[in-house]
Amino acid sequence: MEKIYLDNAATTPVAREVLDAMMPYFSEKYGNASSIHSFGTEAKEALEDAREKIANKLNANPYEIVFTSGGTESNNLALKGAALSNRKKGNHIITTKIEHGSVLKPCKWLEKLGFDVSYLDVDEYGLVDPENFENSIRDETIMVSVIHGNNEIGTIQDIDEIGKIAREKEIYFHIDACQSFTKTGINVETQNLDMVTINSHKIYGPKGIGALYIREGVKVDPLIHGGGHERKLRAGTENIPGIVGFAKAAEITTPGDVEKMRELRDYLIKRIINEIPNSNLIGHPQKRLCNNANFTFKFIEGESMLMLLDQAGICVSTGSACSSHALKPSHVLLATGIPPEDAHGSLRLSPGKYNTLEEMDYTVVNLKKIVGRLRELSPFK
Amino acid sequence: MKFPYSEKVLEHFRNPRNVGKIDDADGKATVGSPACGDMVAVYIKVDPKDSRISDVKFESYGCASNIATGSIITELAKGRTLEEAKSITWTQASDALGGLPKIKAHCSVLAVDGLRSAIQNYEEKHGLVKDMTPTTVDVVRRRLGKVMNPLTGLDMVRTNLVKEIEIKDGEVKIVVDLPDNHQFAPNIKEEVIDKIESLWDVKKVVVEFTE
Ligand SMILES: Cc1ncc(COP(=O)(O)O)c(C=O)c1O
Repeated sequence: MEKIYLDNAATTPVAREVLDAMMPYFSEKYGNASSIHSFGTEAKEALEDAREKIANKLNANPYEIVFTSGGTESNNLALKGAALSNRKKGNHIITTKIEHGSVLKPCKWLEKLGFDVSYLDVDEYGLVDPENFENSIRDETIMVSVIHGNNEIGTIQDIDEIGKIAREKEIYFHIDACQSFTKTGINVETQNLDMVTINSHKIYGPKGIGALYIREGVKVDPLIHGGGHERKLRAGTENIPGIVGFAKAAEITTPGDVEKMRELRDYLIKRIINEIPNSNLIGHPQKRLCNNANFTFKFIEGESMLMLLDQAGICVSTGSACSSHALKPSHVLLATGIPPEDAHGSLRLSPGKYNTLEEMDYTVVNLKKIVGRLRELSPFK
Repeated sequence: MKFPYSEKVLEHFRNPRNVGKIDDADGKATVGSPACGDMVAVYIKVDPKDSRISDVKFESYGCASNIATGSIITELAKGRTLEEAKSITWTQASDALGGLPKIKAHCSVLAVDGLRSAIQNYEEKHGLVKDMTPTTVDVVRRRLGKVMNPLTGLDMVRTNLVKEIEIKDGEVKIVVDLPDNHQFAPNIKEEVIDKIESLWDVKKVVVEFTE
């Protein structure tokens, strides 16, 4: 049986075109971009060409792009780098309750160093209230960090509003755009963005490569010291095949891909909500990532659903406690006010550009059966 | 995360044995709570002649290891005497399943607890409890410590939902600090009655809410 991969929010396959673009940089074109000879120049050209392509996608200047090992490192650099570099200004950071671990954990770490972090509440759809954000700004506030498209519930924040306020109050504005990059417009100029985290493996590029856009003039301390690579902000010989692949992946995304994912997403949402009783969509109904459909199914638990779907060849993810090491349901789901017993029954289906409508049909048919079976087994009704 | 489940666990998860309710059960118990993500109900029929479990069924709300343990525990208990069944441990259940992951101990121990509680429920209802000490507020409180507060996933004693316990002439009154129109009020009431009314000297359980 063919497998159906509906976990594209976790990671995506590397697109054929991307792999083809990368291959020469493993074999013939293996130079170190810091070398002066022809091998080095070849690598350097590829690096700068990639930087330009990524910058174009954000309406940024190429030298404002710093390549990193991925979304996690970019978020760490943005949070810790900016906090440590701006200690003189203050010790206050604002973020939200629905961040990815790679923002939350650096915040927790900064708290240990004496920084004060405010975690903004979200409403039932996962949206931050810009007014609430404005009220939480103090004289000591250095920065605000907000997840643009949420990896779990798919909600896309209104960053225009937040950006306006941040600019007016002169605090840095960082977004984690790992999920939203190439799926919804990001413009560092019109949206007043100071730092933007992006990565490659969510957009059909290779894993282990990402970037942080850092606006010229924004003060950030490096976390990795060594040679003078990447404006001295990130030492280490550049991962040229990864960078080339990342840029290629960003370059080949089309509005058609986004449209296709949206169509698959909407088809799934419509059929599941209509055909499976006691199922609810979580996240915002309109302001959501084109590849995110996330539901709660009452009276049953997510890990069981996930495993039975896996048996049927369908790969998804859940916010249930039992799928995590923490044995607590997802902090994002709880922040939206979903009661724990519903959070345990959550399932995220994230279609990608290689999925088909037939696969969605197969998925819905199997999901219906599985939900029915587990409900029969459940004493909780 | 990867699920390091054995083939046997997966097999019991996919095809659980003895699933369902026994309507005229001689003993039954529900343990765990949906808020914590795991809940098991166990029903037993007991042959009074030789105190053997003649039938046992279970229902489960939970992850794969919870369901698989529910299934294996019914297989292990069927045909056993109450004394034998009572002494079945998590380790035995885990061994019978070819080993359960450590991180899943919490979810799978629930089924073992469920079986023991169902047996206890039977013994209490049939006057088989040897320990005939009278029910005190402490005894009631200890039992309420097994009723989960769905709002927090912690038990109702620890989360201060138990406002008052009164015992008089075999009647136990429990005041729960929740409005009576609260979404979980009926569940909590049912669970409280279930846990307390089987005590040997309790004739009636009254559950009141604060508003
Ligand atoms: C919103 C978000 N931020 C950060 C990351 C981390 O990125 P990476 O896996 O490239 O370190 C991810 C995905 O894993 C993500 O979805």
